Parts: sequence; structure tokens; C-alpha cells
Amino acid sequence: MPNAPEHPAIHARGLLAAHGLRPVISGLDLTVPAGATVALLGGNGTGKSTLLRLLAGLRAPRGGELAVLGHALPRERWALRGKVGVVAHHPLLYRELTVAENLGYHARLHGLPAARVGEVLELADLEGRKDQPVGDLSRGLVQRASVARALLPDPALLLLDEPLANLDPVVAELVGGLLGPRPGRTRVIASHDPARALEESDLVLVLGSGATVKYVGPADGVSASALEAMYR
Amino acid sequence: MSRPIGSLRATWLVVRKDLLLERRTFELLPSMGLLALGTIALLRFALDQDEVSGDLAAGALLIPLLLAALLGIARLFAAEESDAGVDQFLLSPAPAGALLAAKIVGLFVVLVTLEVVLVPVFALLLLGPSIGPVLPEVVLVLLLLDAALAVIGGLVAGLAIGSRSRELLIPIMVVPFALPALISAQAALAPVLEQDPGALVTRWPAVLAIYAVILGLVGSVVAEFLVED
Repeated sequence: MPNAPEHPAIHARGLLAAHGLRPVISGLDLTVPAGATVALLGGNGTGKSTLLRLLAGLRAPRGGELAVLGHALPRERWALRGKVGVVAHHPLLYRELTVAENLGYHARLHGLPAARVGEVLELADLEGRKDQPVGDLSRGLVQRASVARALLPDPALLLLDEPLANLDPVVAELVGGLLGPRPGRTRVIASHDPARALEESDLVLVLGSGATVKYVGPADGVSASALEAMYR
Repeated sequence: MSRPIGSLRATWLVVRKDLLLERRTFELLPSMGLLALGTIALLRFALDQDEVSGDLAAGALLIPLLLAALLGIARLFAAEESDAGVDQFLLSPAPAGALLAAKIVGLFVVLVTLEVVLVPVFALLLLGPSIGPVLPEVVLVLLLLDAALAVIGGLVAGLAIGSRSRELLIPIMVVPFALPALISAQAALAPVLEQDPGALVTRWPAVLAIYAVILGLVGSVVAEFLVED
């Protein structure tokens, strides 16, 4: 795990989130040092995507304390903007626009030079597809475009919601490489693959149904089989 | 690595993206135009008069405009809803309120573009005599009305983002807020459409302008909250 910074990348105390009156996350305590990778595990509907939205500042907590990259949420969410990259189930791209138009729009919103679009297109090996509308691309290409968008601002925090789901092994290797660890970059990876999650994580958080936290701690303190058992 | 950008630049970037999307899909303007022109054609036969003037003419111009505006407002955040555009925007360092400001500007542009076609067709099918002598007054009133409708539409569409009853909510909320603007526009246009240049009573355009400014001020206060929450 990288050296401890002046403030943790993520600090949650008694975090509470709810859909209407139904709590989805309740009483979550979590401290993630900057540069660490967190595996976020749990069955369907246990609040993984909700937690990622909270961490991105896209949703306000219902209670408790949450600070991301040193910014208290939701009060300082304006300060968090532009520092978080998200790869979610939705590619966060306009289907009618081409890859280059989408990335150009995001680059301008982030105050980045146009040359940065060329850099991420090259990184994601999308130069040959840059003039195709996103809606015409295959699932794997859309995921690469989504990753390119997330990496545009070189974010300090990457929130990844099953980034390799439904990808063939070749594309998964490329995307996995792009989203791999990097000095100073914190990653939270929601996954259904405990074995793989343990390989690349420093911390593991397992959410259970009924807004419970089944495990939160170092990755080397738990085995893949024990994590799988927590799904049952 | 991101650098904050100003509200005006962020607004322009979203307007430009929306215009590009409309140019690519070309679905909003034709739908609004068809609805407005169809309504004018229907009125032409329903009124059973060769030409109309005064109050009747003002109503015959404003009814299609309101119907088309309602359609435009319902589709204002369509791309944002289908492609998670609000999340895309909120992950950037751009000021949140700029997204709503851009939608208001975009709706204003669409309404003005629609009227470029609508007013001549209205003049040809319903008004009878040339609209030329009173065109500046008509344009002034319509621009003020467009501004008011654009702000109301932007705010209501912003409130209705993510609502499953959006199609129901939008007309229910827009029409009451738009009524003061529509009544002012009707009162301003009626004497003008008697084919009397110089008949514009300045009180009604002033009421429209003040209403648009008040709505704009409300919009500037709540825009950020609407987009973020």
C-alpha cells in the first residue's frame, strides 16, 4: 500500500444511503489511503453502485460523514468535480455523437487542451474508430471509449463498476491495463469476481443485503473462498 | 489535471453539443414544426374565415406556439436522460447551473427558429393582409414570449428530470406558469394584428419583459440546486 498522505482518499463514518425509506447502506465506516485499491464486493442490490455514486458526488448521503479526496460531501462536491473518473454500466457518452465528438466535449468541459483527446484515443487504441458514432460501436469498443472518457482528466480517484463485465479476453486485457494501478491514483472496483478482486486490491469491502457490511479490511486478511461464502 | 471553466463557456459548450445532436438526429424541430403548422392548418378550417385579425389572430398564433413549446420542453432533457448526460456534466468541473442555462438558451433558439417558419405560414393562411408593416412589433412580442417560455420550460424540465410522469408533469406545470406570459402576449399582439402599425401598447411587452426577468432571476437562483439534486 502506498505511503499515507495528508488525508485519506476516502473517509466514511456511519455512512447512510437510502432509496426512499429503504436503507441501502447503513453505518459504513471506511478509510482508504490515497493510492490504494479497494475491491467492492456484494450480491446484486446490495448498494455497490449506490456507494460508487456517493463517492463520485453524484448522490448525497442520507446521513453520517463522507469525505472524498479531502472534500466533505455533499457540502464540497463542487470541489470534487473533475477529480473523479467513473466507468459505470452506462458509458456516459452520447450515442449520436462520434467518439471524438464525445471526448472533445468532455475535454472542453474539463478545461483540457484538444491534444489530450488524441492522447487518450491512442491509449485506448481508438484512433481508427474516432469518427464513428458511439451508438454504432460494439460493447467492447464502447467500453474502451468510456474508459478513455474516464481517463481524460487523469483523475485522482477511479470508480469502476464491473469494468470488465461482458468483455472478451483481449478487450478485457486492454481495458484492465488502462485502468490498472498508478502511483497516487486511488481505485474502487465493484466486482463479482472475488479471486480477481483480491489479486489487485489492498482493501476489501463486502456489502450484504439489508444494508449490512459483511467485511471491511485488508485484502490479505481474507481468502477468496471466504469472500465467496459471504455471497451466500 | 482538470481546470475549472466559467459558466458562460460551460453554457456555450452544452448549447453547441445540443445543436450538434439536433443536427445529427433532426427530430425536435421537425416534430415541433409539424405540430404547430398542423394546428394552424386546422384553425384555418375550424374558424371558417378567410382571414382573421385582432384577438382571434393573436390566439391563432399563440396556440400553435404553446403546443410546440410543450413538445420541445418535454424533449429538452431527452438526450441527458437516455445518455446519463447530467452525470456526465456533474463529473466535470463546470458550474452545475450552466447545464440548465444551456437548456434555456437552446429552447429559446429552437422557438425562434420555429417562428421563422410559423409566422409567415400564419400570415399566409390566416392573417390575410401582409404582416410586413407590423412585423417589428410581432417579432418583439414573440422574442419576449420566447424568453419567458424558455425559462419556464427549462426550470420545469429540470424539475421533472428522472420523473416517470414527466409527460404528465410538464404540461401541468408549464401552462399555469406560462399563462401570465401568454395573456400579456395576447394583449400585446391583438391590436397589432388589427393591421395597425404603431398600435402596440407598451404596457404589455413591458409586463412580458418584467415577467421574463423575474423568471430568469428565479432560474439563476435555483439552477444549481435543480441540476445537482
